[in-house]
Amino acid sequence: MLDKNGIAKRIAREVKDGMYVNLGIGIPTLVANYIPEGINVELQSENGILGMGPFPFEGEEDADLINAGKQTVTLLNGSSIFDSATSFGMIRAQKVDLTILGAMEVSENGDIANWKIPGKMVKGMGGAMDLVASAKNIIVAMQQVNKAGESKLLPKCSLPLTGVHCIKKVVTELGVYDILPEGGFKLLERAPGISIEQIKKATAGKLIIEGDIPEMSL
Amino acid sequence: MINKVVKNADEALKDVKDNMTLMLGGFGLCGIPENCIAALVKKGVKGLTCISNNAGVDDFGLGLLLQTKQIKKMISSYVGENAEFERQMLSGELEVDLIPQGTLATRCMAAGYGMPVIFTPAGVGTEIAQGKEVRKFKFNGVEKDYLMEHAFDSDFAIVKAWKGDTVGNLVYRSTARNFNPMMAMAGKITVAEVEHLVPAGELDPDHIHTPGIYVHRIFQGEKYEKRIEQRTVRKR
Repeated sequence: MLDKNGIAKRIAREVKDGMYVNLGIGIPTLVANYIPEGINVELQSENGILGMGPFPFEGEEDADLINAGKQTVTLLNGSSIFDSATSFGMIRAQKVDLTILGAMEVSENGDIANWKIPGKMVKGMGGAMDLVASAKNIIVAMQQVNKAGESKLLPKCSLPLTGVHCIKKVVTELGVYDILPEGGFKLLERAPGISIEQIKKATAGKLIIEGDIPEMSL
Repeated sequence: MINKVVKNADEALKDVKDNMTLMLGGFGLCGIPENCIAALVKKGVKGLTCISNNAGVDDFGLGLLLQTKQIKKMISSYVGENAEFERQMLSGELEVDLIPQGTLATRCMAAGYGMPVIFTPAGVGTEIAQGKEVRKFKFNGVEKDYLMEHAFDSDFAIVKAWKGDTVGNLVYRSTARNFNPMMAMAGKITVAEVEHLVPAGELDPDHIHTPGIYVHRIFQGEKYEKRIEQRTVRKR
């Protein structure tokens, strides 16, 4: 079973040279740590950065320079700063090549829920609704099973939706899935040591398994 | 030459009244109008509707106006950092309109651009689309649904910039820019507080982010705490 860093490491392999990439809060943020040498990408932070760098060295934090998770960050050579309307303009116009974000639930037809648990947790959608409505290439990083052991890959989301028919790929602690246009989670890879049986038990939505499913290499 | 300079936050906000709608710049605690928020707390105006991406933290930013229950309604995209906010919202004391961040920015921009509505795909098929007009448009070769959203209508826009001059031109610094330029354009009255107020002519016209025409009152903030919400560092 993959831990959070394992999920991030697997997703990092989807990042290709020359991409502009938006990383959401949580596991997606960790992806930046695993982008292979020689793959040049620019990270977009929706509060207004292209070319975001790593955390600053101790003592060099700048209160005016944060990422979308409100963490202090740095700028790399060639970076640019812009306002919030421009930031979501480039997202809406599909200039950002890849979006990686977390989810509470994903359904077999590509719906995603990640902003609200009615009566309990209402933090808001931030930029997630804009991102999922416009991005052409979205990867969801999530835990497949909740603390109670219930699957979060569902026939239909039970929580309020963030977007509809927008998710095409999901990476979890157990495996990698494509969501097919006609519906269903198509298993592509198993996490190291995970059996097909374990994956079946952890997938409430329609699961499609064709032929031998390889174990992922990290 | 036009002179927009006022003495301080109290003078800039002298005609803010109960039940008004205010826009406040900032993303988290980054680029927030600290001096104006302090002045609003002191002034004690109530029943405010505040349009701001976030609601501060419990003891800083807009959190200060929540503690004193001066806010009736918040229009924001993300409020995760504030326990008092969540408590007031879940108990029903505080009205909250959560909207997508890009929609928030663009509704501000539309107001400043003189456009009554925008169409965005954000939120189509979700609960925020309820009661809103949906139209199909073909764009970039793809036909899909878009939600109609209205430009904001606010009595005051309150923004923070790094530098400003006496005619109201503004320059922001780093990611403290965020919503400030959009909101500066969108207020019936726009108040700008700046870290450095300079005479007209000192800022390079090519480097102005917000042209002074949008700014009605400007002052240099007395002090800036510029609190960091999440201090993240790496070892040397």
